[in-house]
Amino acid sequence: MTPQPEDELLRRRRERARLMAWLLGAFVVLLFLITVAKIGLNK
Amino acid sequence: MTPTIVQPALPTDWRDLVALTKPRVMSLVVFTGLCGMLAAPVQLPLVLGFTAILCIALGAGAAGALNQWYEADLDAKMRRTANRPLPAKRMDRQSALHFGVGLSVFSVVLMDLATNHLAAVLLAVSILFYVLVYTVWLKRRTAQNIVIGGAAGAFPPLIGWVAATGQIDLLPALLFAIIFLWTPPHFWALSLFVRSDYAAANVPMLPVVAGIRNTRLQILLYSVSVVAAAILPFALGLTGLIYGVAAAVLNIVFLILAAAVFANRAEDPSGMKPERRLFAFSILYLFVLFAALVVDRWVIA
Repeated sequence: MTPQPEDELLRRRRERARLMAWLLGAFVVLLFLITVAKIGLNK
Repeated sequence: MTPTIVQPALPTDWRDLVALTKPRVMSLVVFTGLCGMLAAPVQLPLVLGFTAILCIALGAGAAGALNQWYEADLDAKMRRTANRPLPAKRMDRQSALHFGVGLSVFSVVLMDLATNHLAAVLLAVSILFYVLVYTVWLKRRTAQNIVIGGAAGAFPPLIGWVAATGQIDLLPALLFAIIFLWTPPHFWALSLFVRSDYAAANVPMLPVVAGIRNTRLQILLYSVSVVAAAILPFALGLTGLIYGVAAAVLNIVFLILAAAVFANRAEDPSGMKPERRLFAFSILYLFVLFAALVVDRWVIA
């Protein structure tokens, strides 16, 4: 294996992992806010 | 013997996953869905409204991904689509399928959590309709594919409305009808000036199957229908004068441009300026019509 594809592989994997982390974080925040809004609706 | 270097499969670039969701189609879907929601008499809390629109967008993206998963062979034959992630071999089909199915389930479940069952069911129906009825069943079999496919694109304002109110009413049904009837003239105008491409992929588009002359007649007939549907919300007293005036002006221009298409005799794409004009205007038509509806409903409120 040439070093170049490996660099590319690691770069893409890192990029994707970072994006995934952000999306998961955003999803957690969104679920929390949905819960708060739903509780507010039922009052 | 020369050693063959086996390259490991690269993980999919996230940009290709985004491209798989057809972001440009999504923008129209988000806009009409948002208008449907804002036109409703009940307003959701901001977070829930945002989530509903997010789910509509993700659902549309999922449908787009599944469409590209199924149509990779077709896309490879058309210049306009040959550079999509699958035909260009930047991603394997399995990943696209998993991504599409995963996103579909996620969007429907989240819609159900954030709004109501009916909105989630409608979202699921719209995804299944686009993927199974349009993509798998009809697109390659009938020249009426666009007419049926239009129904899938007509769901977003209805879903937006139902997310807010929990029920289907006359106005969102009319919005559904407007987009449904708008789609054929919009796409057939496009298919006239990119006709050769569809022919290469063996897709039975109307100009290929029924001829250019007949296609122009169909465009005119559907234009008359969409114009009639667009004036109904005002005629039935569901909207005020702002929408009425906007619809009247837009309708007149739409009819003039459709008549110009009907009158055009050119067979070569270079002579199809009226078709290009109608196609470009049809996008503006839908944007302005829906924006006018929202402004109108908010002024009344």
